[in-house]
Amino acid sequence: MSTRLAFGGRRIDRTKPVEFRFNGKRLKGFAGDTLASALLANDQVMVGRSFKYHRPRGIVASGAEEPNALFNMGQGGRFEPNQRATTTELFDGLSVTSQNHWPSLEFDVGAINNHLARFFPAGFYYKTFMFPRFAWKHVYEPIVRQSAGLGRAPKDRDADRYEHFYAFFDVVVIGGGVAGLQAARAAGAAGAKVLVMEQTADWGGRAMVDGGTVDGQPVAEFVSESLAALEAMENVTLRTRMMGAGVYDHGYLLGYERLRDHSPDAPGPRHRLWRIRADRIVTATGAIERPLSFAGNDVPGVMLASAVRDYIVDYGVSPGDRVVVVTNNDDAYRTAIAVRQAGLAVPVILDARLGGGGALAEEATKLGIRVETGMGVARVHGARRVEGVSVCAQAGEGAVLERIACDVVAMSGGWSPVVHLWSHCGGKLVWDEAEAHFRPDGDKPPLGADGAGFVVPAGAANGALSLGAGLADADAAGRRAARDLGLKPARSAAPEVGDAPEAPIEPVWLMPQGASAGLRMKAWLDYQNDVKVSDVQLAAREGYESVEHTKRYTTLGMATDQGKLSNINGLAILSDALGRPIPQTGTTTFRPPYTPISMGAIAGEARGETFQPLRRTPMHDWHEAQGAHWEPVGQWRRPYCYPRGEESHAAAVAREIMATRESLGLLDASTLGKLIVKGPDAGRFMDMLYTNMMSTLKPGRCRYGLMCSENGFLIDDGVVARIDDQTFLCHTTTGGAERIHAHMEEWLQTEWWDWQVYVANVTEQFAQIGVVGPKARKVLEKLTEDDLSADGFAFMAWKDVTFGEIGARVFRISFSGELSFEIAVPASHGRALWDKLLAAGQEFGVTPYGTEALHVMRAEKGFIMIGDETDGTVIPQDLGLDWAISKKKDDYLGKRAQARSHMSDPNRWKLVGLETVDGSVIPDGAYAVAEGTNANGQRNVQGRVTSSYFSPTLGRGIAMGLVLHGPDRMGEVIEFPGTDGKTYSAKIVDPVFYDKDGEKQNV
Amino acid sequence: MLILECPCCGVKGEETEFHGGGEAHIKRFGPGSSEEEFHDYLFAKENPRGVHFERWRHVNGCGKWFHVARCTRTLEVFGSYSAQTTEPPQEIRDAITARRPGWRWREFS
Repeated sequence: MSTRLAFGGRRIDRTKPVEFRFNGKRLKGFAGDTLASALLANDQVMVGRSFKYHRPRGIVASGAEEPNALFNMGQGGRFEPNQRATTTELFDGLSVTSQNHWPSLEFDVGAINNHLARFFPAGFYYKTFMFPRFAWKHVYEPIVRQSAGLGRAPKDRDADRYEHFYAFFDVVVIGGGVAGLQAARAAGAAGAKVLVMEQTADWGGRAMVDGGTVDGQPVAEFVSESLAALEAMENVTLRTRMMGAGVYDHGYLLGYERLRDHSPDAPGPRHRLWRIRADRIVTATGAIERPLSFAGNDVPGVMLASAVRDYIVDYGVSPGDRVVVVTNNDDAYRTAIAVRQAGLAVPVILDARLGGGGALAEEATKLGIRVETGMGVARVHGARRVEGVSVCAQAGEGAVLERIACDVVAMSGGWSPVVHLWSHCGGKLVWDEAEAHFRPDGDKPPLGADGAGFVVPAGAANGALSLGAGLADADAAGRRAARDLGLKPARSAAPEVGDAPEAPIEPVWLMPQGASAGLRMKAWLDYQNDVKVSDVQLAAREGYESVEHTKRYTTLGMATDQGKLSNINGLAILSDALGRPIPQTGTTTFRPPYTPISMGAIAGEARGETFQPLRRTPMHDWHEAQGAHWEPVGQWRRPYCYPRGEESHAAAVAREIMATRESLGLLDASTLGKLIVKGPDAGRFMDMLYTNMMSTLKPGRCRYGLMCSENGFLIDDGVVARIDDQTFLCHTTTGGAERIHAHMEEWLQTEWWDWQVYVANVTEQFAQIGVVGPKARKVLEKLTEDDLSADGFAFMAWKDVTFGEIGARVFRISFSGELSFEIAVPASHGRALWDKLLAAGQEFGVTPYGTEALHVMRAEKGFIMIGDETDGTVIPQDLGLDWAISKKKDDYLGKRAQARSHMSDPNRWKLVGLETVDGSVIPDGAYAVAEGTNANGQRNVQGRVTSSYFSPTLGRGIAMGLVLHGPDRMGEVIEFPGTDGKTYSAKIVDPVFYDKDGEKQNV
Repeated sequence: MLILECPCCGVKGEETEFHGGGEAHIKRFGPGSSEEEFHDYLFAKENPRGVHFERWRHVNGCGKWFHVARCTRTLEVFGSYSAQTTEPPQEIRDAITARRPGWRWREFS
């Protein structure tokens, strides 16, 4: 059984007990424990069920690479799935539950999959759910959805706070092991501004467990001395619990700092995302031990050799009493020695190498540990817990030579440098034949803006695995980073280390090398996604030669651990199956983040009210006080309607329209875009922007204009007022103001830069109020002495008018078909004028109306709306707007495009009005069907609805739509099947439904 | 995330400060041009693996358009320059030649 040892544990404080809950059980640990070490101390070896076969799984690793020990953690607003036990620091009150089983961890119905494993080969999903076709929607998909996913998604709003930090450094060192500290020291001493980040809570990395001597003193002394030296440098910042999450173009780097995960009740943000720019990034990210692929290597109790000694040395936890070590390299002997020194038994070390190990092997032998060379594990016995191993010759096919009882198997397949951060931004790798691993290719680093490499790998992450080689490499890396910045680092100060001579590693990708099919089906590569050696071999047989395709077909390395343990082993199996060397097979792409980071950290402060700015018109508060129902329009909020009491939105809209048509309505039109175009060449520029001739517009007059893209498509419309000879005021749609301003700037700056024109966006400088309805003139005449009569102020004119102390510019334009004045005043006077109009309009039953009433009234008049009648594929000619396209101009944006054959095709759908035969409202977006079917067996179509409303004025549904040859088919009835199962019959009519001659607006 | 320098205001900024605007040095063809000329003007864009000329706008800054010469393969930036020109200035061409001897891009080299 696994238990807490009576002594040892350099990270834990035995005077500070901590209580936590696992699946409701109360368990005890110590301060300094990780959740994983505390679970092992409580003999909780089995911690979860695998994803596909629901096999019992135990803790494999001791760090970020852990694939199995993932838990649902916390509750309510602090609930989070898939939290790794090995990187979760224990705190009082921590509560976790295991995942992926039902009804319980010990008894799981889904484990039936394990017995059906041969029916779930690689590519199972692609092969099984193809036929019959109808079954996908009704049978397969619901089942797959039910069983998909790891852990549960949180339901509550995140209760914690997160933040972003922007930071700039000369050198950022990722990794606080001995290599990172040495590199930082070298760069820092040269004067560089340095940040060192370490993902765990402690400095020193693996060397703290593995020991050794540096400059004649224990490595722990060296680490404290290095730390003290770095702390004394003002130009160096040190951060623990901070991971280098991703490296991006030009030295952009994300650091993920976990501030409160280990003490949730402390004040401040939970996570902080550092958005860093660094001139040089030193990746001292260490190496990860690889598992060995033998049958039963996923039984709880089979662990990485390094993890076994981490639990003993760091936490004083024994993962088991009898530890069989199986290895292909010298490093695992350290585990055997540590186990023995803790007073536990090592029945045997199985060294797959015929020649055995070096100095460490001699030390183990001296301790009396039995070592068998050329041997391996044929299979592991036990289901929920290791009970023993069968030993075989590595060279054979798995004939069992001996069975040895044990409760832990410590395996080591060699070490893979953590090259993720080097590779994120394009750093290339080389296959090191001697060490059997990929390491950074120093000649092909990721390049910065200046074309120089900006990532420098250091220590084990660069393939320098031993203490001495690692420190020397890191020292050189730190000095190189400083030199790249133009600093002068000191001469090499790499400390002296006497590395013991090691026997070389011999790659072992399958154990035994000739393992039978039965053994291969139980040899796991990817624990989290349940991918076995046999799956990768099957993929190769089925023709998946690319490692990227094999990954997706088998799901190897696609789980939350992103294949930290499985990728190299998997591609070695693939290489072997394809008869192709490993470097030619290559790796899959390393993508950020290194380990998952919280959604909260990505969002930072941008949530709730601060998610994006809210633009308010000067009348916003009044609308709010009236209980307006808001419609978001870009970053503005506009009243959709102003319901009174229990009134429905539809009823409110109808009331607002009727009041406006019969007497007086008010519209807050402040959000309308207002762009000033000014200069000696303004007229010429306006003629290029608009399809109409704008240069001939007289000062004091207004003209409705259309704007097209160079592709010919209609992009915006609005009324242009000529202020003076050199000045135009262009009204744009609410959503178009910034876009059209940018459009104008683009053409001015990049095509006609010699034209003397200036453009200013004054949208927010003015409040604009539409005074609309038969009583519009009457109410305004109460407020001004100026002449607003039909003769003195003609339709489509504008003039300056004074309303008491408020100076205004009034436009006689109409988007509703009623007598209408749009009044623009400086924004600061907007609310005052609004209030004046409300007071003066009281006798006429003045009614503010919202965007829906505006929409309905414009549709009743057959006016188009950008975004309804247009969708980026519609040209003005489609909408019957030929009258607004100048024939006299040589050029305007879109003119050449509109002459292309497709644009002048007589079969383009054209705008018409649609009147349902029974007066109902056609669903917006419905298609008109035509005779016959298309290649997919769908009905042919001949048009579609672009706007559809109930018109309170006419008491019936009205719609506009684009219909094939529409204007030539007046009176014809066509059919629109709705998604509600009904078919709507509608007559093609003129799009102007109301007051066709414009008598109401021209009074 | 690229770092670019705006030649108008001299600010070196993050990519998020800018907005890409596609290929630079495109000659406009309007009414009177042939179908082929107009088609190429609108749709036939360069997509090189290597030296490229692009338009960028300093949207969250001075608002000005400018041109950037950079390498799409290595993301190296050779230089940025005014948008008010029909061809890359000599110093930009020289900077590219220094790093990529023999480069060609459309009619420029």
